[in-house]
Amino acid sequence: MIHILTMVAQRLALGLLTLLAISLIIFFGVELLPGDLATEILGRSATPETVAAFRAQLGLDLPAHVRYGQWLGSMLQGDMGVSLANQRPIAELIGTRIGNTLFLAIMAAIIAVPVALAFGILAALFRNGVFDRAVNIFTLTTISFPEFFVAYILVFILAVNLGLFPSISNINPETEFWEQVYRSTLPALTLTLVVVAHMMRMTRASIINLLASAYIEMAHLKGLRPWRIIIRHALPNALAPIINVIIINLAYLIVGVVIVEVVFVYPGLGQLLVDSVSKRDLPVVQGASLLFAMTYVLLNLTADVLSILTNPRLLHPR
Amino acid sequence: MTGFAKFIAAAPWTARIGLVIICGYTVAFLFAPWLAPFGETELVGDAYMPWDDKHILGTDNVGRDMLSRLIYGARNTIGIALVTTALAFVVGVIAGFLAATVGGWLDQAFSRLVDILMAIPGIIFALLLLTIFGSTLWVVILVIATVEGTRVFRLARAVGQSIVVLDYVEAARIRGEGLGWIMLREVLPNAIPPLAAEFGLRFCFVFLFLAGLSFLGLGIQPPTADWGSMVKENATLISYGDITPLLPAGAIALLTVGVNFLVDWFLHKTAGLRDDL
Repeated sequence: MIHILTMVAQRLALGLLTLLAISLIIFFGVELLPGDLATEILGRSATPETVAAFRAQLGLDLPAHVRYGQWLGSMLQGDMGVSLANQRPIAELIGTRIGNTLFLAIMAAIIAVPVALAFGILAALFRNGVFDRAVNIFTLTTISFPEFFVAYILVFILAVNLGLFPSISNINPETEFWEQVYRSTLPALTLTLVVVAHMMRMTRASIINLLASAYIEMAHLKGLRPWRIIIRHALPNALAPIINVIIINLAYLIVGVVIVEVVFVYPGLGQLLVDSVSKRDLPVVQGASLLFAMTYVLLNLTADVLSILTNPRLLHPR
Repeated sequence: MTGFAKFIAAAPWTARIGLVIICGYTVAFLFAPWLAPFGETELVGDAYMPWDDKHILGTDNVGRDMLSRLIYGARNTIGIALVTTALAFVVGVIAGFLAATVGGWLDQAFSRLVDILMAIPGIIFALLLLTIFGSTLWVVILVIATVEGTRVFRLARAVGQSIVVLDYVEAARIRGEGLGWIMLREVLPNAIPPLAAEFGLRFCFVFLFLAGLSFLGLGIQPPTADWGSMVKENATLISYGDITPLLPAGAIALLTVGVNFLVDWFLHKTAGLRDDL
């Protein structure tokens, strides 16, 4: 037990260290700018006096490590500074959008995870058969499609031709829950198609790996039905890698929303990030990237810790 | 030649389709100026003209011939993706082999740096760097090469590590061969099959990454004909039931499918390894 706790603690410490390193990259990346934020905003024509005054106002006259400390400190308290483009507090800009993005990612996950598990298990059961080949070709194909291609095909079929769903996700804080679900269907379906293939291939691979082991052969020789062998004997041991894949794909979902949000003009964090990149609104980009990177690292960390905790061999070391 | 014909005949139909697709794109890539009926950035009519005999696929949002831009897009999009992949490979493989051959603190330094870079989601890292340096072509290429190079490094290091412990590398070391010789003449030739497969897969990722950035308006900049930006520029047509904007997106998808089919077969053939990607 002590052994496993130290392993988990190690992972957590490593995760924290990674987060710190990321915050350093995000903060000091901006320092690589020729000149600095003040000259960047005011343009080349500004007089040295205005630049100096503006630098003092932004706190740029302080040494870099002091500013990093202040920046990280206020970030941790939820104060992300103000946007350069419209002077509004960034926390306010991000606030509702992060909820929308999470909503979309969770909705996609609710559709994708059961589908991926079911098809992955079926493909493992009928491996090398027609069904498995068809699934294999389908997954290879969807992995190869750019997200916006999947998105526009869905728009073309489901929104333009059949008129089932709106092609633009018009969501605001007043939208009711089910209305929001309805309007988010197309982006959620797109995300589902993007991640399902990978999850399915991993589920299939980890079950097939197990099917080669001796205790499964024993179950075969006992005369158990293939279904029972997979569900009762193989699946519990395949759970650890499968959980791992699911969480890693959830992390991917959170990040993959960027392009999908732009296609559907979905008011999420990704859309804000892309808009701010084109406006070169650095503080917003810093804040949004930090949030994205944090979620990503934390989810991957959860996957790590869970795969330690669900491994019986590590739980009972000899 | 008969050997090659036999080789192809033994391939599964998916691999043959992949090969045909790649050949088709190569033709478009090499002969774009002769195949395209109009120039790459030539204005030939009104915006959004429908499909007819003169403009087989109509015109785009400013009145350029869609078919011509699709054909030129092969040159620009694939060319830039190839340069980026090659760059990611040169840097990733050299660093990976160095880490494997020298080991010690160098390995630690490279590996930890790559760990941190890989912990940041690729597209977020790219967006951050593009904000800082602006979206010029070379920045885009360098940024994508950095992100994808970390993945190449991982593979090159792992493959390299399994090779440097073999007897013939040991023999070369005792013979007193230099670092360059060991990496180039001993490790590299034996790492070719996994690296070749990785090149195909990595090209797909780079290609999709580039298309994604261009689609967001942050990759290859107009007026260069590029498939990702062409989708973005003409996307409004879809709401009128016109599938023209899907064509460049489909061109991206088709090439990636082709390369994936071929790599899949290659992997099964060489070792049957890496079923997971």
